[in-house]
Order: sequence, then C-alpha cells, then structure tokens
Amino acid sequence: MRVDDTLPGPGMADAAIRTTCPYCGVGCGVLATPDGKGGALIAGDPAHPANRGRLCSKGSALGETLGLGSRVLHPLMRNEAGGYDRVSWDIALDAVADGLKAIIAREGPEAVAFYLSGQLLTEDYYVANKLMKGFIGSPHVDTNSRLCMSSTVAGHKRVFGSDTVPGNYEDLDCADLIVLVGSNTAWCHPVLFRRIQQNRNERGARVVVIDPRVTATAEDCDLVLPLKPGSDSVLFAGLLVHLTEAGLIDQTYLERHTSGFDATLENARAIAPDLASIALRTGLNANDIAAFYALWAGTPAVVTAWSQGVNQSAQGTDKVAAILHCHLATGRIGRPGGGPFSLTGQPNAMGGREVGGLANMLAAHMGYTPVEIDRVRRFWNAPNMARSEGLKAVQMLDAVAEKRIRALWVMATNPAVSLPDADKVSAALNGLDLFIVSENVLSNDTLAAKPHIILPAAAWGEKDGTVTNSERRISRQRGFLPLPGEVKPDWWIICEVARRLGFGAAFGFRNGSEIYAEHAALSAFENEGSRDFDIGAHAGLSKHAYDRLKPVQWPVPIGQPQGTERLFADGGFFTPDRRAKLSTLAIPELAAARSDAFPLLLNTGRVRDHWHTMTRTGLSPRLSAHIGEPCIFVHPADAARFGLAEGGFARIANAHGAVILKVSLDPGAQPGSLFAPIHWSGETASHARIGAAVQPACDPYSGQPELKATPSSIAPVAYASQGFVLSRGTFALPAGSWWAKLAVEGGEGRLFATDATLDDLMAAVRDAFGTADLIEMIDRDSGVYRCAVTQGGRLTAALFVGPAGRAPLWDTVKLAFADPQSVPENRLALLAGRRLDGAADPGPTVCACFGVGLNAIRAAFTGGGTVTPEDIGRQLKAGTNCGSCLPEIRRIGASARETVAA
Amino acid sequence: MAEPLIIVGKGMAATRLVDELSQRALGRYSIAVIGAEDRLAYNRVLLSPLLAGEIAELDIELKPAAWWKARGVSTLYGRAVAGIDRAARTVTLEDGLNLPYGKLVLATGSRPLKPAFPGGELPGVATFRDTADVGMMRAYAQRGARIVVIGGGLLGLEAAYGLAKAGGNVTLLHLVDRLMERQLDAEGAALLASAMAARGIAVRLNSATKGFIGNGKVEGVQLADGTIIPADLVVIAIGVRPNTDLAKAAGLAVDRGIVVDDGLASDDANIFAIGECAQHRGCVYGLVEPAYEQARVLAMRLAGQKHAGLDAAYPGSLLATNLKVSGVGVFSAGEFEAGEGAEIVVLRDRAAGIYRKFVLREGRLAGCVLVGDTQGALFYLGLIRSGQDITAIRADLPFGESYCADGRIGEAA
Repeated sequence: MRVDDTLPGPGMADAAIRTTCPYCGVGCGVLATPDGKGGALIAGDPAHPANRGRLCSKGSALGETLGLGSRVLHPLMRNEAGGYDRVSWDIALDAVADGLKAIIAREGPEAVAFYLSGQLLTEDYYVANKLMKGFIGSPHVDTNSRLCMSSTVAGHKRVFGSDTVPGNYEDLDCADLIVLVGSNTAWCHPVLFRRIQQNRNERGARVVVIDPRVTATAEDCDLVLPLKPGSDSVLFAGLLVHLTEAGLIDQTYLERHTSGFDATLENARAIAPDLASIALRTGLNANDIAAFYALWAGTPAVVTAWSQGVNQSAQGTDKVAAILHCHLATGRIGRPGGGPFSLTGQPNAMGGREVGGLANMLAAHMGYTPVEIDRVRRFWNAPNMARSEGLKAVQMLDAVAEKRIRALWVMATNPAVSLPDADKVSAALNGLDLFIVSENVLSNDTLAAKPHIILPAAAWGEKDGTVTNSERRISRQRGFLPLPGEVKPDWWIICEVARRLGFGAAFGFRNGSEIYAEHAALSAFENEGSRDFDIGAHAGLSKHAYDRLKPVQWPVPIGQPQGTERLFADGGFFTPDRRAKLSTLAIPELAAARSDAFPLLLNTGRVRDHWHTMTRTGLSPRLSAHIGEPCIFVHPADAARFGLAEGGFARIANAHGAVILKVSLDPGAQPGSLFAPIHWSGETASHARIGAAVQPACDPYSGQPELKATPSSIAPVAYASQGFVLSRGTFALPAGSWWAKLAVEGGEGRLFATDATLDDLMAAVRDAFGTADLIEMIDRDSGVYRCAVTQGGRLTAALFVGPAGRAPLWDTVKLAFADPQSVPENRLALLAGRRLDGAADPGPTVCACFGVGLNAIRAAFTGGGTVTPEDIGRQLKAGTNCGSCLPEIRRIGASARETVAA
Repeated sequence: MAEPLIIVGKGMAATRLVDELSQRALGRYSIAVIGAEDRLAYNRVLLSPLLAGEIAELDIELKPAAWWKARGVSTLYGRAVAGIDRAARTVTLEDGLNLPYGKLVLATGSRPLKPAFPGGELPGVATFRDTADVGMMRAYAQRGARIVVIGGGLLGLEAAYGLAKAGGNVTLLHLVDRLMERQLDAEGAALLASAMAARGIAVRLNSATKGFIGNGKVEGVQLADGTIIPADLVVIAIGVRPNTDLAKAAGLAVDRGIVVDDGLASDDANIFAIGECAQHRGCVYGLVEPAYEQARVLAMRLAGQKHAGLDAAYPGSLLATNLKVSGVGVFSAGEFEAGEGAEIVVLRDRAAGIYRKFVLREGRLAGCVLVGDTQGALFYLGLIRSGQDITAIRADLPFGESYCADGRIGEAA
C-alpha cells in the first residue's frame, strides 16, 4: 500500500513502503522497496523517530531473509504414521476448533492454553487474548515475553502501579549520564547504542556500564562495573543510601508522589550498609563504586537503562524496583534526559503487554480485580470470562508436563529452544492431547515435538498491523509482499477458530484495522485517566487512517492524538492513591549458588548478528559471518583451570542438561562465569540448544526464569577432526559429529568436528556427490582431507577436514561457492583453501552491513594512513551504518598498532 | 699451444660440454667434435613433437653452425670413429684420419634395444632414435597407417603420441600391467593410459610380443596369447643400451656403461665419459638432465675450476622423468610408492585428468608423481634434492611453489 502523507525521503523509490523492523525492541522504521520477485530493498526510514534512518546489521540484512525456501506454506496435519499431510484451511481450522471443544468439554476451559510471542502483532495478540480470556474462559495466555521483560512489567506495576515506561529515546540524546545495567546495548540495541555514543561524542555525556560481563558495550564508556552476578540490587540499594546521605533526596517529589520511602531506605541500608559491604557483595572495587555514586548523584539528567541482565533473574522484579527507587527518590523521572528506562528485547513485547497477553494481566493494562473483569466482560460482551491469573510460561509448561493442560496453541515462537529445561519442554509438548502451532517455518525444534496441526502464518513483510517499541511508540508494521502459498495472518487464523467455536459475532473482524480500533476502544473504556494505557484517540480510526498511522507514543487519549512523550514528572501514578510505591527488597542472592559439582555460572544471551532461534537471521550469510558457531565464552583463567583451549570444544553440564560448544576465550568474561549464545537450536547445531542447560528457577513476582546464572560444570571435549562442508542441499555428516549450520551464499554451510575417520567422511562424500566430479586432496597421515565438487565448472559442494585444532579456513572457498557464475581457472587451487592475493581473502566478517572482513580492516590499519575507525569508515565504509562493529574495529586498530610497533 | 680435446659424439651431452667449457676456459683446449650423423647436433627430446608435426626440423637444432665456429670447435660430422689408441693418445676415424688427443671425452650415447623377435628383420620394423627414424615414421603416420608401438615407457609413449598426432592409427603394447611402471604408481599410470586413449591411442597392457608376421614386409604383431594385431609399421621402443663399443675395444672398464668416477673419468685418467654411455656409481642415466649435470662437472674439471676449494664432483642424479606430450604432462621423481615409513599426500581431479602424489619421509619430500599437470615439477624436484623439512608447507605442497612460498598456511592457527 502506498502511504501518501509519509512519502519516503529524497532519492527513495516511490514504491518504498514504511514498516517496522521485526527484531529488537528499538522498533526502527524501515523502508522496504519490493523488487517484484519476492524480495525487497531495505533501508532505514529517516523519518522514523526511533532510528532516523539508521539500521543495525540485522535490520540491514532483512532483504536477505525474505526467501520462501524454509517457509511452511500450507496447513499441515499429523497423520497416524507420524508424518504430515497437507490439508485445506477448512479441515485444519475445523480440527483445531473440534479438538479444543472436545478438551474444553472433557477437562474444562483451564485445560487449554495459548503460548504467544513478542513477534506477534498487537492485533494478533488482541484477538488471541480476547478469545481465550473472554470466550474460551481460560486465563492461560502467556508469551515468550515472559522470558524477556516480565520482571520489568512486574517492577513497573509494583512501583508505578502500571506497566509504564516513563521516558523515551530522546532522553538518551540529552542525558548527561547514561547507566547501562545488564545490557550489551552495542550488540542487542545497536541503533540506540549509536544514539548514546553520539551523545557521548557530541555532548560529552558519560556512560557507565554495569554488567558482570565486559562486553562490546563497555568498550566505549567512562566506567565499567563488572559486578558479581545477581548483585545489581545491592549496588542500587547502596546508591539509594548514598543519595540520602548526600542530601540529594527530592523531598518534595517524595512527599507528593510516593509512599514507602522510609521502609525502603531502611531495607536498602540493611542490604548495603556501607561501601565496604557493597564492595564485598558486588565484588566491585570500592573506589569504582564511590565514583559511580558520585557521578549518578551529581548528574540530574541521568538515564538508567537496563535489559535482560536485570530482567532474566529470579529477583528481576526487585532489581527493577531498586533502580526505580533511585529515580523516584531524586525526582529524576519523566524529564528530558532523566529517568529509568527498560530496553525491551522484542519487536512487540510492548504491544503484547498493552493487549494484556500475559498470564498475570487481563486486558489493556487491566488486571483480575472483580471490577476489571466485569468491565472487560461488558466491553467484550463475553460469555466465559477468565477469573484469575493464569499460568506463566515456565509453570504453563509444567502444567503441560503434568497434563493439567491438555491443549496448547503455540504462535510465532519456539519454546522447545527458548524455555529453560528445554529437553523437558520438548517432551511435554510431545505429550499434549492437542498441540497446535502457528508458524512461519517448516522445520524447527518445536515442530520437531510433533504438533497435531501446523498452521502457516504470515511473516514479516506479509503481515500488517501495529507494534510498540521500548519507548511506548506504536508503529505500523506494513505488509509489502503478497501472502505466499496459503499463508494467513495470525489474527485471521484465530478469528476463524473463534467462529468455529461459536463466537463468530465477537470475532467478525475483516482486517487488522478493525481489531486495532476495538483494542483502542477497550483501552479507553471507562478509563478516565485511571489507566496509563489509553489510546482512545484511535478508537474510531478508519482503515484509511490506520493505514496512514504515523509512529506515536501512547497514551493517546481522546483529545491528545499527538501522544505523550513522558510520564510521571509530576507524579500521577496509577496506584489507587496515585503515588508511586517504594517497597523493600529481598536479600539479593542467586536462585542457585555455585557448588563443587557445578562451580561456574552459565549466562546466556544474544550475539550481535543473530536473533532468537535464527529462523530469519540464519538465512543471511553476512549475519552468519560474525559469530558463526555456537560458542562458550570463557575467561582465560577458567580456561586454564579446566583445561580448555581457544577453538577447542567443551561440554557444559548441569542438573538440567548439557551442551557441547566451541571454546572462545574472552577476557571480558568474569572468572567463574560462562556465557553462551541463545540462538542455536536442534535445527542449526548438533549439541548447542542452550535452553536444555538452563534452570527453570523463576522470579516469584514476574515468573521470569533466571536464565543468566545456572550453576554448571565445564570440561574439554576432544574430537579427532574439524572441518567444514558447503553444499547446495543438506549433507549428512557421520553420526556423532558435532556441527553448526551457517547460512552461506549459495547454499548451506556447516562447521563440524568429528571422531569419524577420513574413510567414513570420504565414503559420505562419495555417497552424496559421486566421484566423477570430485576433486580431492588426501593426506591421511596428517588427518587432512579436502574435496570439492564441481558441475559445469562451478563449485557445488566442498568438504575440508583437518586434525583437531587445525581446522581449515573456509572464507576463500565460500567466495567460490557463493558466485554461481564463477568458474575457477584452477579448480585444484580451490582445495588450497585460500587465494594467493591476500587482499582478496576477506577473512571473518567484521562489518556485516557492508560485508567488510577482518583482513581488509587490518590491512588498512597496518598500511599506514589509517588511524581511527572513522578513517576505516571513509575507506571501507565499515562501521558507518549500524556501527555495532565499531568496538571491534577499534580493537583491530589497537592490535594492528601493537603489531606495527613491535 | 692449446691441448687437443676430442669429444666423440655430438649429441646433447657433447654440446653442453662445449658450451660449459667455452664459458669457463675458452681457448685452453683445441676442441674437435666427431659425430656419425651428418648434421648439426639436435635436441633429441624434441623428436616426439617433431614426429607429431608440432615443430619443424630446424627447431630441434641445439646450436647453429656459427655457434660452433665462434668457439673454434672443429666439427667432424658424418664421420665415425674406428678406434682409440690409448698408448699413443690418438683417435682413428673410419676414413683413416688419425687425431691426437690430450683429453678424450666419450659422449657416444645409446642405441635402441631391439630384441631378436622372430620377424624382427622384416621391413617396417623400426626403432625410434634419430631424425631419420622420425622421417620414416611420419611418412607412415601421415597416410593413416596401422602402427604398433611396443613399449609403454617414456620413449614408447612419446612415439605413440607423435604417431597418433601425425595421423597414424596407433596401438601401444606394454608388457606389464601399467605404463611407465618404473616411474608411476597404479593410479597415475591408469590416468595416463586413459589420457593416451583419449588421444586415439589403443593401449594394450599385459601384452607380450611373440614376434612379427608378414610377407616381405611386416603385416602384424603376434602376441604371446596368440592375438595378432595388424600393423603396417612396428616401432620398438622398449629402451636403450649404452653405446660402449669404442670403450670396450679400447680396453676401458665397461659394465652396462663406461665406468666413470665422480670426476667423470674412466679408468684411463685422460679419457672421460658423459651422458647415456656413462655408468656412474652403478647408474646409467637415460635422461638429459644427468647428462647436462655431468657436462657441467666435467667442464669444471677440465677447466681446472674448483668449488669451495674442492675439485668439482658429480654426486649422481636424482631420477626425474618428464613426459611432455601435449596436454598430458607426466613428471615423476624419487619414490613413487608408499613404502615402509613413507607418508602419502594425494591431490586428484578426475574430470580434468589431474593426479598429484607426494611421497613424504620423515618430514621430507622423497618423491612425487604429477600426471596431467606438471606445474611445479622443478620446485618439487628441488625439495626432493635438498631434503629440506617441508612440515610447515605440507598442506600447501600440492598446490605449487607460490602457495608454499608466501609462508601462510591455509588453516586456522
């Protein structure tokens, strides 16, 4: 659709459609120009306030992820043989409805649950929530946002009385101090990180990074506080005490707008009585703590922003509250450049929160008080209202395992990978009486648990609706591609099931616009300023206006269509007494402590260029080029202690499960802690589904599991050989091999390690590719085998293997594999695995946006004339788009200078 | 007065000796070169392309007449030597001319082996040694004659290729189960056989010749198993024998060849032998490179040049075989089978007909076989000769010198 009043900027094609990125919670505006062949040209939207034209490496690569090769395009039903039959929508939808009806009739509505996702659009969320809580009559609607920011929701609700983000992104531009807590912003919210850096460079803002792990984010800051895992609340309780003792408490604000300060302060003093105790409990240097306190105390325009390091904790709600307390006590909230700020992980976790698509919410920021239940019932004209909070994600899957829940509908998420205790989750899903999955992809770990019905849902670029980003900004995510195959939007699927359940009248929506209008009307229904979430100005939005909707920050009540930039500067909290409620914290501690058997804490999180389970980013070769293998990041001292070597393998085990990952030494890792990426699944790696080795211990308020501190052991694993295989289709490695799949241009790439003999591998190669077109190098005594398969002179497959620790490099071979036109002059030289003109061999990708490799950057630094990352940007463009590689470029520069000096 | 130096033989060894000597001690000797063939010395290695019609006869000449003249060399061509009088230190030609020598160098080369098969005397049964042979064979080939080449070694392969290229309908017979069995392993030989087949040559392995049949001229080759292969021309190319008649007659020590020491001297200190007629440390070399190396050492000796204070000495040559027929390069040097304690690195491209095998021993290159593409042969030969440790470049070794030279290894550190 053409957006008339939001024409793209100069130089942009007329056909560009404004939409919103489907990745993190920054919610960047994207200009998508369909190429008419199923793809699209992607650019940042200069007019979008979240990103002003910038995109990160992931967003920039969206165009590479639009292929249909991995998509599920038709409804599928499991047959008796355990396979799947393609069925019509009618058959599939009838089966869903009949199955739900039968279970509701037999077991009651509470035997039915939905597990939703921060990838759903607000409209999808709304109808799912409405169907379950008002019509089926079960409260069991939860979402993968439970794993992401539910501690923030609980913290906001506890302290503010509502789930409200007070500030906005402009605060990051005009703050004088930005404190990042448990947030690798440089990798996980790169566009915001650029804004922070710009503020730092242009306005001299200071940046403090509080994180047990010294990440890329910490490379551009003024103070790094690598505290002990789980001790955040100690640090912020200590800050509250310091602020009090320094006389910086805003008594007026406290008295007018808050309650509970005295008890909170007393509790803070117990947790953080003095600097020495704080130093002991946080493991930080007392001088650094004092410096941080002085900086925070002396800088009124301070933003404290946090992400999963705070949220994914068994005390996440307390951690959020501890931060909020400091801002409230100083009145530093809701003012330009000042306030607490949750950086959300998912594109529409916020939209899900607004709808109420969480087990502990009812709808539209209303909970389960009788008044609220009645209000929603009347609005929906609902026959079967849920009456109390439902089961949160981890408990929901426990209920599935215990057969209290018999029917589960999973939409747009992959719980068999992402939930803690993931092996148990897979088994539980497999035991459901009715297991329904709405999905984009044909194959993932959750689908491997064999749902009865698979419903093909629209993906980004096809679906059309709204999302809300971390700063409460509602943006349109617009479709710019046709729905492929028989794919349907999630809202349509849900409404069709609702109709078949006999609720057609309440789900007669013809499009997302009508759903959004109803959602907006509910937000305003009997609100009158009593609830923060009010977008009543959109209640009467026509389809035309909806399609033209510009990004806007809620609340958008009637009479205030321009939205709301900030809240709470003058109080007005959404508690019964309109005061923010400060309250005491539990003694900070981890859910489980280290032990002799499990002496290390396993932390999990994102890497720069991947998203969740890689169903989308895994399709982009350049995104796979940054960190391509599932690694365990280990401090060198721990590596020495446990006999681990860089590039070797390690088994990480605990009471829940085990994984085998590649060892990467990381001086930024805290001794005693490990870090593993969350992205790999059974689809993309053999032994790297980290969820299987994560504990299910949850925060008592938010139900968010502690995903970042599972006591674990680590031990080296040896394989005889290591190598890679490139192929157009899937190549079957010998059983028992370790492998990780990577998107490479032109096909599939796998890095592997194996104990299989060269003969086994050669036999596998011959089975797969025959011998006629085979080029090979065999050095048995060195354990080296390399082969390439050509067809019509073009490289169609390659397998290189060498002894463990001497894995062959694949960059050069990948180049030949990627170019379908390339007919190498010297085919045999392909097996050399490198080119002689070193410059043509780019090395591992550093800048994913422009595909600039390590070798080129290193060469530019050592070649003279290049001194700064800005020089690199001018010469090679590297780092000039999303900038998330700038810390790495700086590091390369530093090491190049050392090399030159030596 | 320059000392008279007589060189008997005017082949490649003799020419190189003159060249080396004229660079080192021009004028010290009064040189006479005596050759039976009445023409300027030529490059015998090029007989095969000459046969194939890939080059012209003039192209094979080693040096023009002026070159010999400029070096003051007396050339007595078309004149055979009848005998040597070691006591008188003279050489007598068949025409009776007596020439005195101070130093005498025998570079008499070799003769093709021609076993006494029944029917071997029939017209049309030939060997492949000189330009006269080439002219005759080429005439047969050009009219599309059926030609049987006996011998699947270097010489036979070159003959077969040249004849096929010139238009002949060629069958190559070889006694054992693989071509060039003294230089190639089974895979290399099989690849070579298919390359020959691809060039229109019918290769028959395990084929022992029993004799030749024909009435007044050869009409076929009869194999030991009774098979008869029709033939208008039979070329026997099963090897050569050192031409030692003169030396024997002169009473010099002769085994398979004229026995020489590391200074290339026979048991008569004034008589030397180089090239295919010489036997050094038990080895008779049938290839040009050892002959050139011998010529260089002998030239230094004759010029009185020392190397690092020592007399120049010939230590023997590492055998390297180079078959260079268009599109089918074959190179073999040193060990070519995986013997005890040897390690093997193989690189192959079946579709392109390329095979490279490297035999390693204690981190050193002990031999290699290159079939289809002989690029890098000299590099490998150098590595074999130097015996240097190649551990660091092992992974890059098969890809040639440039990959080994830049010091980067195609593996993760």
